This record gives sequence, structure tokens and C-alpha cells, in this order.
Amino acid sequence: MTMRKIMVAGLSAAVLVAASSVAWAAGQYSPGASDSEIKIGNTMPYSGPASSYGVIGKVDAAYFAMINEKGGINGRKINFISKDDSYSPPKTVELVRQMVEQDQVLLMFNTLGTPPNMAIHGYLNENKVPQLFLATGADQWNDPKHFPWTMMWLPSYGNESHIYASYILKNLPNAKIAVLYQNDDYGKDYLNGLKAGLGDKAAKMIIATQSYETTDPTVDSQIVALQASGADVLLTAAIPKFAAQSIRKVYDVGWKPTHFLNSVGNAVGTVMKPAGLEKGVGIISAAFAKDPTDPQWQSTPEYKEWLAFMNKAGLSANTTDVQAVIGYSFVQTMVEVLKACGDNLTRENVMKQAASLHNVKLPMLLPGIMLSTSADDFDPIKQMQLQKFDGTTWQLFGDVLSASGS
Amino acid sequence: MTMAKSVAIASAEQPAAATRNGAFVAGAWRSTGALVLIAAAVALPFTISNYHVFELTQVMIYAIAVLGLNILTGYNGQISLGHGGFYAAGAYTAAILMHRYGVPYWATLPPAAVICFALGVLFGLPALRFEGPYLALVTLAMAVATPQLLKYFDTWTGGQQGINLIKVQAPAFLGIGRDRWLYLVVLTVLLVAMRVAANMLHGRTGRALVAIRDHPIAAAAMGIDVARYKTLAFGTSSLFTGVAGALSAIVIGFVAPESFTLFLSLSFLVGSAIGGIATIFGAIVGGLFIEFVPNIANDISDAAPWAIYGLTMLLFMYVMPRGVVGSLAGLMRRVQSRRATAGQGLEEQKRRLS
Amino acid sequence: MHQLLQQIFSGLAAGAVYASLALALVMIYRATDLVNFAQGEMAMFSTYIAWMLVNAGMPFWAAFSLTLVASFVGGMIIERIVIRPVENAPILAAVVVTIGLLLIFNALAGWLFTYTLQEFPSPFPDRTLFGALMTTRDLGVIGVTLAMLVALFVFFRFTATGLAMRAAAQNPESARLCGIPVGRMLAIGWGLAAAIGAVAGIMVAPVLFLDPNMMGGALLGGITSPIGAVVGGLIVGVTENLVGAYLIASQLKLTVALALIVLVLVFRPNGLFGVAIVRRV
Repeated sequence: MTMRKIMVAGLSAAVLVAASSVAWAAGQYSPGASDSEIKIGNTMPYSGPASSYGVIGKVDAAYFAMINEKGGINGRKINFISKDDSYSPPKTVELVRQMVEQDQVLLMFNTLGTPPNMAIHGYLNENKVPQLFLATGADQWNDPKHFPWTMMWLPSYGNESHIYASYILKNLPNAKIAVLYQNDDYGKDYLNGLKAGLGDKAAKMIIATQSYETTDPTVDSQIVALQASGADVLLTAAIPKFAAQSIRKVYDVGWKPTHFLNSVGNAVGTVMKPAGLEKGVGIISAAFAKDPTDPQWQSTPEYKEWLAFMNKAGLSANTTDVQAVIGYSFVQTMVEVLKACGDNLTRENVMKQAASLHNVKLPMLLPGIMLSTSADDFDPIKQMQLQKFDGTTWQLFGDVLSASGS
Repeated sequence: MTMAKSVAIASAEQPAAATRNGAFVAGAWRSTGALVLIAAAVALPFTISNYHVFELTQVMIYAIAVLGLNILTGYNGQISLGHGGFYAAGAYTAAILMHRYGVPYWATLPPAAVICFALGVLFGLPALRFEGPYLALVTLAMAVATPQLLKYFDTWTGGQQGINLIKVQAPAFLGIGRDRWLYLVVLTVLLVAMRVAANMLHGRTGRALVAIRDHPIAAAAMGIDVARYKTLAFGTSSLFTGVAGALSAIVIGFVAPESFTLFLSLSFLVGSAIGGIATIFGAIVGGLFIEFVPNIANDISDAAPWAIYGLTMLLFMYVMPRGVVGSLAGLMRRVQSRRATAGQGLEEQKRRLS
Repeated sequence: MHQLLQQIFSGLAAGAVYASLALALVMIYRATDLVNFAQGEMAMFSTYIAWMLVNAGMPFWAAFSLTLVASFVGGMIIERIVIRPVENAPILAAVVVTIGLLLIFNALAGWLFTYTLQEFPSPFPDRTLFGALMTTRDLGVIGVTLAMLVALFVFFRFTATGLAMRAAAQNPESARLCGIPVGRMLAIGWGLAAAIGAVAGIMVAPVLFLDPNMMGGALLGGITSPIGAVVGGLIVGVTENLVGAYLIASQLKLTVALALIVLVLVFRPNGLFGVAIVRRV
């Protein structure tokens, strides 16, 4: 009798232990993750003034769909919920709260724009929800000490113009610099990065600045004013539409400065061509991703794979848009992180894996550019490479650089 | 057909006469009804999730803003396409006071009210010279200029980055969450706003405003100080919308120029028209429309949600050109007057026969 | 001096953008007291149609003409179907309807053509003139705008339909009594406005590049008289540039332009060339 009782007790205990260890192996989850799915939230401006970036969200969705077709990540399907905030911060707050509290997503991924992200990062950090791989290059997002749940991805705008500043100091030490910038944080980050890179020479070297609003029809007037300042170096920190206008007007007014063009506005298909290919010869820019309209990449297998993906996803209209390439690389990073999580899909582990990227290469980034993060460094892409336009394509030159100059 | 005239037609008729007894009974019903509604509104947040409470708080904030617009455009006939500017003024007043000077959130409402009233009056003065479409154009100019001005004065406004505000805490002794507390705060302000608006609009001031809207020349001939009332209307309207803006800064916890674009001003106008431009309750309907219809449109069509939103606006205007509450009020008046005239007809017959 | 002239000419070209849209706005306002908020988006949509035709291989001026006709017809249809139901409703309802139209056109364009920037061909050769003061493209834009203005003036002044339209706009009741089909005149008015908008869009797209948000900033050129609209638009363009370059930082250019409009209206409440209307009690 007693023997049987002991045996039954022992067997039950054994069964219990076995059962719980099976449950243990099946995974640790935060809200939004389960054995069968991972819910990811996202806001994008699919309408309104910033709607040209909406393609990034579409690429994200298409890529996740493709991954799901292939069986998902570690056997789990990705449920990607993306909503339109029209670049309006109150709307972003509302949608993010809905996704976190109603839809119960595991994390927010690739939310776009500085004001929208500013509006939600307090809330997300307070509620310990990962805010990963922001689609904005503002300098401030690399701050793990104060915002341990927020991680950027794009090389910061300030770092980029820092690189230009280093180049100018080395090769054009007596330059007189004019700057055209968009009148918001994005444009100002470029201006400030340039100043920081020039150090104490900044005040002397930067002799004129002009800004524009996205609601301005053209920037012709600004270019005319900048030319009149007598500058021989121009930095254009503008989005594609205004970058193209800038290039064209500079040529038309007969001004021949050493023209630096920000990476946001240097795509061959959407900027250089509309401006007039011959008008852009000699322009210097920086890049970290492959421009899909640049002939030098179009014969590579990585490009062909990307192109096939775009066409299959119904995004053929966007195959000239470098934003689509950047979106592709964004989402590949997210997939890497999720794969690395394995069965531990707690929010803490997601952040941990995101902060443990070590020299990750992605197919559509320039050769030599790698992602790295650590507990103190939430800026995965710090490198860019300089390139000069030759009338057909961007010729990369020099080494892969980072802001610190290495 | 001018703007003012048609607004007048939209809402002019006086309520039909009712007997004294009838009025008393109706009044009693109305007070009880109002109390029941208010009680329900207070209890509601405790039955739904935090997120829905947040949404309803937004609805009420928009309602206050739209109420401001109703006063100016509905009751006084001065069209404004730029109320987003006053909303922004209130929001940034609250934000700067809280962020720079550590003023507690509830104490930012009076300064916001005063500053926006002053702004409204300042704007109302030159606006006296403008008629209809010109006023529309000028207020449109204000709406478009607002984000640019906010970005320009960036030492105060934080520029493009905006101002991040510390989250409000509910009083600890109440033991309710932040969302529910803010809901109750906003509800209180909304009720006060509606009461104040009702007092103003159903009294002498209201009659003067409506007279100016419908027959400005006759009103002036009758001795109404048109300039004073029109400026007062602008100031009051701006006050309401400004307070709404301040509340939105407190509730969202963040202000940036991108939050106050032309689209916001147009949304207020749309909400106003859909609810009923010369009504008070219409403001609530307007708030509901502004807050929920874009989300519903998003659920219906992923590809072009704003097309659905636009279509919805069109349908509302086709079916109820005077707005929901405006059309309902019109319907009720017609029913009442028919009943009254029916009664009068009987009285007439009795008199003739006796 | 060179810069001053350059700024002025750049301003004229930019002003042509404002002026063209202003013309279209004025057409409809004159006839119906209604500011058509959707004018810019309709123009943008017409431009996309032209773009599709050109991409399909049609020569530029053929695509241009076809688009004009299509826009004219489209404008008439919109008036009959979309605006007619609120013709007798409070004007605010009609305003809301045009705002709804704005959203619909913008969303449709984004959905059909995506939000990516597109290149739009210009019919004018790409040369600079007068020592880089302006380009042939700028001149072409200004030229076409002026030609349009002249054509409209002739139409309204010297043709029977033009006269009928003016009568219908000024006094619909009396016009009806004279046998003028007022409804049809309204529809023609909308059609013309749409066609003007199409011209504006096509002229301006090579400069601005084509995307659904192209017309966002250009909506603010409306003033009552057609001549006033064009001149007003040009003045705004030039002043904007000059003030931005010489007086205040360019951050406030738009505010300055708008302040200018406000200022003009303060001193001339009926627009630059508008006439004060005497109201009878």
C-alpha cells in the first residue's frame, strides 16, 4: 500500500517535471509571441506629405509574407500589423497604443519619422516594449542609457555630414561652404554634423545657409542666394524632389561648386536623371546601400534576387526606389534578430539579441558595410562610403568610413 | 448665396411655441436626461479598456475644439479654416509652461485660455474687414503658416523635435489609472464648455451673434455693436479651441509642428459641418467623426483609406447637409411646429365656431 | 543686381504656379461662391493622365490636348454628379464636399500611381537665357499661362457662351428667365476650371516633379478677378523670393507670402482688382 502510494507520487512527480520541462522548451513569451506566431507592430506614413516613404512599410510586409511562405521563423509565422499615421504624432501615439494594448504586439519595428517616434518612445520605454530599427537617421536615437528599449538603424545624418567635413578639411582646406537644408530636424542634423566635423573652423568656413520647407514649390531662390555668397562648396541636405531641383538650378545658373549631396537625395533614377544626368557630374555623396538604378549593381545576383522579390510582391513600380532597398535591408535585420531569439521570445531577449549584432552583412548594402551593436551602442550602421557621380553611375572611392574617421 | 446667409438658413428658425406646462415638463425631462447622460459618461471609462478610454478622451478634446469653431462659424457666420492655429497655440502654451516652468498640468488651462482669447481678439480685429472667401483665405493662410512659425521659434517650441512632456499622474488617493483620470478631467472641461456656450448662445450675446450672421446691416441699424460682437466671437471661439489644444498636449504628452498641419484645421471644419455647424451637441458628433472615421476607413480599405474617408464626408453631406444634429434639430422643429399649428388650427376653428 | 534679377525671374516662374491654380479657383468661385479645395488635386490627377499617355508613347502635344479634353469632361461630370446634390444646401456642405474630393483624388493618385517621384517631360528645350537669368522652360511656363489668360478673356468677353456664363454666375434667377441653362453653364465652368488646372499641372510638373502631393503648396493663389489672380500670383512669387533672400531667413518665406496676401486684403478687401459690391438692404 505505502509502496504503491510512493510509486504513484513518484510517477506523478516525474510526469509533472517532464511536462513542465516540455512547456519550458516550447518557449518563453512576452505578449505578442506564441508557439505559432510573432506579432509585430509598425506605423508608416502611407498618406500625407511623407507618403513617399510608405514603400518601406510595403517592402516590410511583403518580406514577412515571403518568410511566412517559407515556414516562418523557427516555425512561427510573422503577423505584421502596419498602420498609417500620416506622419502625425498624435495619430502615431493612438495607433501605437492600439497595437500594444489591443493587438498586443511583441514589439514595434521600423516606425518612421522623428516626430512620430519622439511621440511614442516615452510610452514604449515606460511599458518596456522594444522600439526597434527606427526609420529615421536623427542623431538622438542612440541612447541606450536613457532609452534602453529604443534602437536606431540608419546611419545618422550627423555622422554622414561629419564624413563630408573630414573630406573637406583634408582636401579643400580653404573652402567657403554654403548649405541648403530642409527646415526640420533631418536637415538641421546635417548642418550640425557638418559644423561638428569642421570643429573650430566651422564658423569661418560655412559662409551661407539657406533652408526650405517641404511645402515650397522650388528651391531656385535659395540656390540663387547661395551662389551670390561666393561659396565654392555646396552641401545639399534635401529630399529627392528638392535635391533634383538643386542640382539642376546650380547647373543652370552657371555655378560650379564642389557639390556634396546627402545620401537621402542621391538616387540615380529619382534624382540624378530628372535633374539631368550631365548636370550632376562631379557631385560627391555617400552611401551605405546599393542604388537599384545604378548600372554597376544591376548585374549582381543580390540585385537580381531583390528585383525578383519586388516583382513577386507586386511592387514593380518601386524597383527604381532606393527606399525599397533600404526597407529590404531593414526587414532582413529584423528577421536576423528574431532568428537569434530562438524560442525565447521575451521582449528582454529581443532587445538583447538586437544589441548583439556582430559584423552582420546584408546583400543589398555596399560591400564592406556591416552592422554592429552592443549594450552601449544602439547604432547598427555607422559606416558609409564616399562616391562621385560620373554622369551614369556613382563611382565609389576611398575606404568605408565612419564618423570617427576610421 | 453667401456663406453667412446659407448658414442662417441652415439653422435660423425659432423653436415653435409650446405651452407653459409643456415647457416645464420638457425642461424637467431634459434635466433628468442630462443628469443620466452625465452619470453614464462618468461611469463609462470604468467599463472599457484603457485604450478605448484614451480614444474617447480624444473625442471629447476634438468636441471642445469643434465647439469653438461652431461658435464662430456657425453662430456668427465668420468662416475659419485656421482653427488648428489656435489649437496649436493652446497646446504649446501648456507644453512650454509645463516643460520650461514646471507648471502643473491643470494650472496650464487658464493661461492657455487667456492667451488664446487674446490671440483670437487680435485676429478678429483685422478679420472685421474680410468677407466670406477672403476670411477663408486669410484663416487658411494662418493654418498653413502655423507649422512654419512653430519651427522658426525653436528656442521656445523645441522646433521640429517638439516638446516631450512628463506623463501626468492621477491623484494617488483615487486609485484610478492615468487614462481614466484624464478622461474625467477632459469630461469636466467639456461639460463646463458646453454650459458656458449654451448660456452665451441662448442669451443676449447669442442673439446678437446670430443677428450679425443673418442680417449684419439690420443688426447694426438696430444698435448692435457689430465690431465688438464679432471680435468677441473670435476671441471666445479661439479660447475654446485653445483650451482643447492645451488638453491635447497634456493627454498625448507630446507636441510638434507636425501635429498641427492644415489637415487638422480642415478636420475641425469637417467635424463641425458633419455634426451641425450651429449646434452645441453637434460638436460631440463632430469629435466622434474626426476620431473614428479615419480608423474605420483604414479597416475598410488598406489601399486608399483616405478615399473612403472623403467618400464618407460626401455621403454625410448629401444625406444631412446641415449636419447630424442640425438635421435632427430641424426635423424636431418641423414636428413641433406641425403639432403647434395643428393645435392652433383647432383653437382657430373653436373661436370661429363659438 | 544679377542676383536680384535672378530672384525676380525665379519668382515669376514660381508665381506662374500660383497664378495658374488661382485662375482655376477663380473660375469656380465666380460662378458659385465656392472655393474648390480639390482644384490642386484635380490638376495633379490630370497631370498623371498626361504622364500615362506620354509614357505610352503619345507625342507630347497630343497627350496635352487629349488630357485637356479629358479634364474638361471630367470637370463637368464632377459638377453634375458630385457637386449637384449640395447645390442648394448650405455652402459649408459644398465646401466639405470639395474637401472630401481633395482627399479622394489624393488617395486615388497615391494608390494608382504610387507616391514615388516621377519625371515629367517638358516640351520646351532646356536652355538658359540672358546669362543664366532664366531658362526657356521658365519662359515657356509663363508664356503658356499668359496665353491661357488671353484665351479666357476672349472667351468671356466676345463669345455668346462666355456671356451666358457670366450672366449665370452673376444672377442665376434672371439668367434662367432669359432662357440660359444655368445648370449647364455651371458644368461648363467646372470643366473649364479643370482644364485650366490640367494646363497648370502639366506646365509645372517638369519643374516640381510629379507626385501626388505636388500641388500641396500651390493652392493658395486665389483672388477674385482673373487678372488679379494672375498678377497677384506673380507678385506673391516674386516678393516671396526677394524677402526670403534679402530680408528674413528663408524659413519664413511662406509665412511672408501669406502675410502679404493678408496685408493686401487689409488695404483692398476685395482683392487687387476686385470691385466693392454695394449691398442693398
